[in-house]
This record gives sequence, structure tokens and C-alpha cells, in this order.
Amino acid sequence: MKVTRIITALVALLLLAGVGPARAQGKLNVITTTEDLASIAQEIGGDRITVESIARGYQDPHFVEAKPSFILKLQKADLLVVVGRELEIGWLPPLITQSRNSKVQVGASGYLDASTQARILDIPTGQITRAMGDVHPQGNPHYWLDPENGKAIGRELADKLGELRPNDRAFFQQRLTDFSGRIDAAEKRWLAALAPYKGVKVVTYHNSFPNFAERFGLNVAGFIEPRPGIPPSPQHTLDLINEMKQQNVKVIMVEPYFDSKTPNAIGRSTGAQVLVMPPSVGGVKMVTDYFSLFDYDVNLLVTALKTATGR
Amino acid sequence: MRSSTIALASVVALLFGCVGQASAQTADVQALQQQVDALRAQLELMQKQYEERLAALEARLSGAAPEGAAAAAAAPAEAAPPPAAGTPTPNAKVFNPDMAVIGNFLGAAGRNRVNPAPALEMRESEVSFQAIVDPYARADFFLSFGQDGVSLEEGFLTFPTLPGGLLMKVGKMYGAFGKTNTLHSHVIPWTDRPLVMNNLLGGEEPFGDAGVSVARLIPNPWAFLEATGQVMRGDSENLFHSSRRSDLTYVGHLRGYQDITENTNIDLGASYARGHNAAGIVNDVDAGRFQTELWGADATLRWKPLQRSIYHSFVGRSEAVWSRRQQFAGLQESFGYYVSGDYQFARRWFAGVRYDDSARADASSVRDRGQSAVLTYWPSEFSQVRGQYRRTRYGDASVANELLFQFQFSIGAHGAHAF
Repeated sequence: MKVTRIITALVALLLLAGVGPARAQGKLNVITTTEDLASIAQEIGGDRITVESIARGYQDPHFVEAKPSFILKLQKADLLVVVGRELEIGWLPPLITQSRNSKVQVGASGYLDASTQARILDIPTGQITRAMGDVHPQGNPHYWLDPENGKAIGRELADKLGELRPNDRAFFQQRLTDFSGRIDAAEKRWLAALAPYKGVKVVTYHNSFPNFAERFGLNVAGFIEPRPGIPPSPQHTLDLINEMKQQNVKVIMVEPYFDSKTPNAIGRSTGAQVLVMPPSVGGVKMVTDYFSLFDYDVNLLVTALKTATGR
Repeated sequence: MRSSTIALASVVALLFGCVGQASAQTADVQALQQQVDALRAQLELMQKQYEERLAALEARLSGAAPEGAAAAAAAPAEAAPPPAAGTPTPNAKVFNPDMAVIGNFLGAAGRNRVNPAPALEMRESEVSFQAIVDPYARADFFLSFGQDGVSLEEGFLTFPTLPGGLLMKVGKMYGAFGKTNTLHSHVIPWTDRPLVMNNLLGGEEPFGDAGVSVARLIPNPWAFLEATGQVMRGDSENLFHSSRRSDLTYVGHLRGYQDITENTNIDLGASYARGHNAAGIVNDVDAGRFQTELWGADATLRWKPLQRSIYHSFVGRSEAVWSRRQQFAGLQESFGYYVSGDYQFARRWFAGVRYDDSARADASSVRDRGQSAVLTYWPSEFSQVRGQYRRTRYGDASVANELLFQFQFSIGAHGAHAF
């Protein structure tokens, strides 16, 4: 059979092409889905790992494209760290399937869901349907915006890195202790800065800030999206304006990847300030790591609330 | 888990007991059933208790920080995280595959004498079942409930982690020929498929069959390069026909992808397919033993500004197919292509155009040409409304002007978006 021989030759060729140089047992290659996880992984892993994020901080993490170039990144990964709670459901599964990397398959030793120890809000109870919009059945996935959850993610990472590199376990635990200590110190500072504005009402575009609001005592009074994932409608916008006037809401927080036209219009008719508030590391240029994310956001809020409340 | 081992052992013992007393009376069986049920209930209760205790312990361990502990106490229901996807829970449904149904409703107005579509039709209801089979494989099934009954569009097992970096699929699948042929109807940016697919690749549905597919990434310092080889049974409706067991279809595809910037990328492909066709069949005997050979080239240019990715994007596509079909009238060498562009100008709005030009596979001198303009509106991620104006000048000189409209809607699991 001529054909059979051709096929055999083709398959053999394919196989041969793949016998590349064996990977050196050097630094652990960590790939994260978001820049927040990459920043925390860098804190814990130090110089024993290399880390890279798939999504950029200024893009909507729900809608990342499954580009083949990401397959190449995943192919070489020793560890894949995901936000979980179905945040990446629209784009990550095909990348994992095509990665040809047994380490990072769901449930394998090189797959880490960073949410398992974190405090998760908005877990729906009772019947949920898509009439509620694009709801996340496993709770709100924007949990990294609470520094306490940042520590929880750090613990997960330190354990996992130690499991993958037992010789460096003490090193990772040491870096975790150091990271947690610095978070504790910084958190005191952030809490103190926002303490005068406890209970102040804000409106956000998407429901990205429930953990942030809970930690820092903000009261999220409404959303510009009528439902999660549904763009603003005229009627909802009118209702929101009335509601904001009634409740005297003076701050609108908008994620950098949303159009600011509607928020600006609402701001003009209610006198509220529109803040482009990055929910992720890399969301704006100045936010380069997990600490500067809170520094930036807290500072932005404090400046706005000072003028709004006169306090 | 010692308790579960004991329970398992007792269940096995009970089962063996049953087998031993093959002539046992119904009453005995019922009694045994009751015992098994009782055991099961007890086991479930124990499992639940253990899990609660474990969760409490975990919460206490992780909530070491005073604020965390206080918060956990304040909201105990939210403090214990629900199990992540893939971890077992007492709920047996957790192992059900992800299920979704996608409805495709089509309407047509205007006149088309060559290829008339009904005024209104529920063209397809596609049901998908997808799950991870075991640590080594996942399975995907796509069943199509169409006008003429149910068919298996695709149903295959994927081994993602074979040695040598191979990605293997076994089952029924679409041929890896070009781009459009690999896509399900609900992800293409038109209500119809380009003329070149209809004329040269066997019809409105993508060609494909039962077979084996092997794909491998070719390491190189420059770009993403993937080679795919498929061997199929060789029976795909109008394109290939297999009269003997050895009449197989072979498909090969080479794909190159490169990011130009973080917003722009290019995707290039070359394809080949070969198999026997049905042109030589006379009185149910394949007298001609004719073959069809296909060559294809495809290019896709995508632009999507990352920071405004939900509002604006552009995709330019083109595919060209060369078909060499042996038949009694002699070798027909036909060529066809399409070029299309789709621009997303608002979060929910897309506008596109397409130009079609294709000869027919069995008559290379007959060329059909078409132009289309498409407008798509997405109420949400899970539904879309689309209108398409299509003008087709068929090779036999008749002209069709049509307005096609489509409603598509998806219920069930949130599937991944095609790239």
C-alpha cells in the first residue's frame, strides 16, 4: 500500500520534528491568566521562577482571545495559575486542550485554581438563569481586589511552588511570610486613608469591585450595566441617574476597558466624578504590581472623595 | 477514606451474596435492596459530616488573620468556598457533561431558482455534550437536529497529552481543510457558507467523516506552526465516496500564526485532501475508480485593540480552493475563492461584506459569482440576529437576489469562543 507508506512517513516526520532539546531543570516556568496573579507569583517565587501573564491588565479578562501564540506559552509551562470561578471559561479551555502539556491540564499537578482559599462573594443561592445576565454560578471572580485574598492567593502559590520544587519549599514559605507582612503593613495604610469615608456610596460599571468595597467600607449602590455583561440601556441609565441623585452618589468607578461615554453622561447629570479605576495590575501604566494597584486605586478614591465630601 | 472502603467492601459482599443465591426470592432481594439503601444513606451522611468538618477546619486554618476570621464568622455561608470545577461533591450531577443547545433559525426572501431555501426553517438545532473523560482524554459530541432528522455532526475523543507533543483525535470530525470547513454553522460570520464551499467542498455542510486526526506543533523560533494529518473513511456526502474499504480520504493541513502587534495578527494555512469520488459509479459498481484532489490556501487577518476589545474588531478572511476531479467527461480542474471582511463597530454590532467566485467541481467551465452584505446584532453573548443581502450570478446566467435573516440562540453551558 503506497498510501500507508506515505502516511507512516508523514507521522514519522512529525514525530522527529518534535524531538527538540530537552528543557533544562532551571527556573519554574509559571504562566498566569492575569497580571494580578503574575505579580503575586513573582512575589512568592522570586528568582526561582519566571512568570508571564496571558491577559493584559487593561483588557477585559472575560473576553480574551484564544490566540495560538498563547498555546506556545502554555506548552512550555510548568505551572498554570488561573483566577477560576469561571472567569476564563470563554477562552482558556481550548488553550489548555491544545497545549499538549500534561502538566497544566485541569486537575494535574501544574494547574492551580487560585480561588480555593479566597473569600468569594456573590455566590448565587437558589435558582439562577441567564435572565440575570452573564452570572457566575461559582461567585464573583474579581476576588483579588481584597488584600486579604491576595495573601490567600500567596499561600496557595507558596504551597504549590513548594510541591513542585520541594528543595525550595523553605525559600517560598520565607517569601510568603515576607509578602504577607508587607501586605499587612500596606493594608493598614490603605484602610486608614479610606477610613474617613466609610459607608460612602459609589456606582461601578461592572460588578468588579465587591471585595474591594467590602474591605474598604464602600457601599456599591448600583451598576452602569443593567445586568452583568449586558451593555447599558437608556431606561436603566435614567433609573440609575435618579437613584444616584436620591442617594447622593458622587463617585462612579469605571474599569479601563469599558467605554466612558455613558459613565461621563451620568456624571454630568448627577455631578458625580468618573474615576477610571484599574481592577488589575497593568490596568494603567503606573500600576506595575499588586501593591501599586491598591496604592493607585486608594489614592484615586481618596482624592475624589475629599472633593466630593469635603472631609 | 477508610469508611468508604468498608462501605464498598460491604456492598461488594452484598452483591456477591446476591449472585450466590441466584434463586433467591423477590422478598430477599427487596430486603437486600433496603439494606444497601440504608448503607448508602449512612455512607452519604458520614461523607457529608466529614466534609463539613474538613471545610470548618480549612476555614479555621485559612482565616488566621483576625479580620478574615471575623468576616468568616459574620458570613459563614460565604466563608466556605464551593468546590472548584472538577472536584467531587456529593452531588452526582457534577459528572454530567457540559450541555448546550444552539438554535439556528433561517428565513429567506427573494428569488433563487438554482438553490432555493425555504421561506422559513429551523435549519438546525445543535446539541453539544462536552466533558473530560479521564486524566488522558476529553470528549466532544455535536448532534444536529435538522429538517431531515438527527445526525452526528462531530463526535470525537481528544488525547491532549500524548508523548511527542501530539494532539490526537479519534471519532467523527470535520476535515481540517482550510478555515470555514472546520467551523460549526453558529460561529461563521454569515447566514450561509461561501459558494466555494458549496461548489468544491461538497455542499452547505462541512465535509468530514469517521477517522483519526493527528496534529503536532513544529518547534521553530519564529511563529506558531502546526501540522495536522487526518485519515478518514472516505464517505462524506457529495465530495468523497468510498466503494472499497481501502478507499480512504487523506487530509493534511499546515497552519502558521504570528502576532504582528498585540492588537493585530495573521493566520495562514495550506491544505490538501484526496479521496475517491462517486463520478465513476455505474449501476452501483465503481467502474471509473475516480479520485478528487483538493488544494487549499487560507489567510485571516485579525485586528482587535486589547483595551477596547469588546467594542471594536476587524477580521479579514480569504480562502482559495483548487479542485481536480476525475470523471468520465475528463479531469475537471476548478478554482474558487472568497474574500470577506467583518468590522465590529459597536459592542453589539457587526457589519460585513463577502465576495464569492467559484467554478463547479463537476463542470469547471461553469462559474458562479456572488456578493453579500451582512449586518449582525448581538442582544447578548448568547443570542444574535443577522440579516444578509446576497446577490448570486449563477454560471447558467440566472441571477438570484435574496434577503436572508437568521436568529441564533444558545442555552446551557457557556462554551468557549472560537478563534
